Amino acid sequence: MKIDRKEVLHIAELSRLTFTEEELDAMGEQMGSVLEKFRRLDEVDVSDVPPTAHILPFVNVLREDKAAEPMPREELLKNAPESDGSAYIVPKVLE
Amino acid sequence: MDIVKLSLTDVRDKIAAKKLSSVEVTKAIFDRIKETADLNTLITVTEQSALEKAAEVDGKIARGEKIGALAGVPIIVKDNISTSGIRTTCASRFLSNYVPPFDATVIKKLKAADAVIVGKANMDEFAMGSSNENSAFGPVRNAVDPTRVPGGSSGGSASSVAAFQAFGALGSDTGGSIRQPASFCGVVGLKPTYSAVSRFGLVAFASSLDQIGPITRCVRDNAELLNVIAGHDEMDSTSAFVKEDYTDYKTGVKGKTIGIAKEFFDREFSAEVKNAVLAAAKLYEKAGAVLKEISISSFDAALATYYIIACAEASSNLARFDGVKYGLRADADDYIDIYYKSRTAYFGAEVKRRIMIGNYVLSSGYYDAYYLKASKVRTKIKAEFDAALKECDFILGPTSPTTAFKLGGDFTDPSEAYTADIFTVPVNIAGNPAISIPCGADKSGLPIGLQLIGRSFGERELFGAAETLEKELG
Repeated sequence: MKIDRKEVLHIAELSRLTFTEEELDAMGEQMGSVLEKFRRLDEVDVSDVPPTAHILPFVNVLREDKAAEPMPREELLKNAPESDGSAYIVPKVLE
Repeated sequence: MDIVKLSLTDVRDKIAAKKLSSVEVTKAIFDRIKETADLNTLITVTEQSALEKAAEVDGKIARGEKIGALAGVPIIVKDNISTSGIRTTCASRFLSNYVPPFDATVIKKLKAADAVIVGKANMDEFAMGSSNENSAFGPVRNAVDPTRVPGGSSGGSASSVAAFQAFGALGSDTGGSIRQPASFCGVVGLKPTYSAVSRFGLVAFASSLDQIGPITRCVRDNAELLNVIAGHDEMDSTSAFVKEDYTDYKTGVKGKTIGIAKEFFDREFSAEVKNAVLAAAKLYEKAGAVLKEISISSFDAALATYYIIACAEASSNLARFDGVKYGLRADADDYIDIYYKSRTAYFGAEVKRRIMIGNYVLSSGYYDAYYLKASKVRTKIKAEFDAALKECDFILGPTSPTTAFKLGGDFTDPSEAYTADIFTVPVNIAGNPAISIPCGADKSGLPIGLQLIGRSFGERELFGAAETLEKELG
C-alpha cells in the first residue's frame, strides 16, 4: 500500500513540511507500509470499549492561586532567533 | 581501587565518610570520559560546573554540614531534560543552540541532593528511535562492543553508564527508551509508573506515555537514584501524589507469583534471548517464586496502538518548533515560510516521518479508523495488564527481541525498525512500571535484558525481585 501523492502533499501541508519529489515518493511508500501494519487493529473487537486518552484517574488538579515571580523577559528572549529586546520579531503577518 | 567502577551507593558513602573527595571522583570521571570519547555518548560535557559543584560538596562535608542523598556523585542526564544555562538539544539541529532558562524538576532535585551533573547524553532526535542513530550529533557506540548500537532512544545514557562515565544516568522512556538501551548495554533501567516522576522540563514527545527514569549498573543504585527524582510536583499536573521511600525494599521473591505471558514467548525472536529469559524464570522458581502462565491477548495489537498514539501526540507536541521563540530559524520573507523552511531544514528524517504519520492518523477522515481505534485498544490492553497483575505480582519477559545490532544497519522499511520495541511498548500504553536487568549474554558476549513489569507504584517490589536475580546470577 502506497499513500498517493495528493494525500502526502496534504499531510505535509498540515505538518508545515516540504519535501523534494524523491522524498515525496519515499514518504508515500514508508507511510503506506507503516499504516498497513496499523491495520492490525482491525482484528481487535472494541465495540463497547471506551477510549483512553490518559491512564491517570485525575480529572481536575487544582492548586492555590498564588502569585509568583515570572521568568524575566530578557531570559526568555535570549533564545529567540530574532527579538528587539522586548518582543519576538517575525516578518509582517498582516498587510 | 578503580574509582569509576565503584557503585553509585559505594562512592556516595565513601565521599560522605571522607574516604574519597568528590573532586577526586569527578576528576577520575572526566579522565574516563576523555578516554572513552569515541563512544560519542555525550553531546555536552560540563566539566567546569561539575568541578565547582564537587568542590562545594567537599566543602560542606569538611565543615560537617548537612548533605544530600547523592552528595558529590557524578551523574549524566539525557539531553531532552532541561538544564538551566546548559545547552539542551534533544539531539536535534533545531535546538542545537538552545539554552534553557530553567531547570527541569528532576534537575532541581538532583541539585538539591548535591549530585554532580557531568554531561548531557546523546540520544535519538526528540527520543524517536531504538538505535541512537537518529541523532544530529552522530550515532552513539555501545560500550560493550563499539561496532554495535547502544539501543535508543536513551542510548547515550545507557552506554555512558556501561562505560563508567558516571555512576548513574537519567533517561526517558516513551515506548522502551530506557529499558531497551539498558538491555543492549548490560545495565539496569527502570521506567517508573506513569506520573511517579515529574516531567516538568522534559521536552515532550508523547505526553500520555513519556516518563523519566534512572539507568544504573545495579538495582540498589537504581533505587537510590529513583528516590531522589520521584514525587509530586505542582509544576506537573499529571504527577501523582505519591512519595515512597524507594530504597526501602526487600530482596526476595518467596511466595510471589510471576506471570509468563504466552503471547510474549509464542512469538518468533532470538532463541538465545528466549532461552536466557526462560532460564532466569527458572532461577526465580528456585528462589521460591511460583511461575504462572498468563495471557495478554491484545499484545499483538500493542505495537500498532503505540505508534498511532505516540506519533499523534508527537505531531501535536512538535508543532511548537516554528522558528519563532527558540531554536534555529531558516531565512524566509514570509512568516508561514519561516515554519516550512525551519521545520524542513532542521528536523531529521525520522522526526518528519513521525510527524507525518501523526498528522495522518489525526486528520479528518482517518481519525476514527486510527487514533480513536487505538485509544480504545489502549483501554483493552490496560485492562488486560490490570487483570494479569491481580493474578500475579510481576510479569516476566524479554526486554528486546534481540541483542544489540550492528551500527549502520539499513532499515529501508521503518516499520521493521519499530518491531525492536515490541515487548516494551505495551507497558507505556498501560502506564505500569517495568525494569530491565541483565540476565546473561549471547554467544558474541552481548548482554541480554530481562524485563519485569510490576503493578502501578510497585517499584519497590520490582527492585526486590530484580535484586534477587542479580544475586542469583552473581
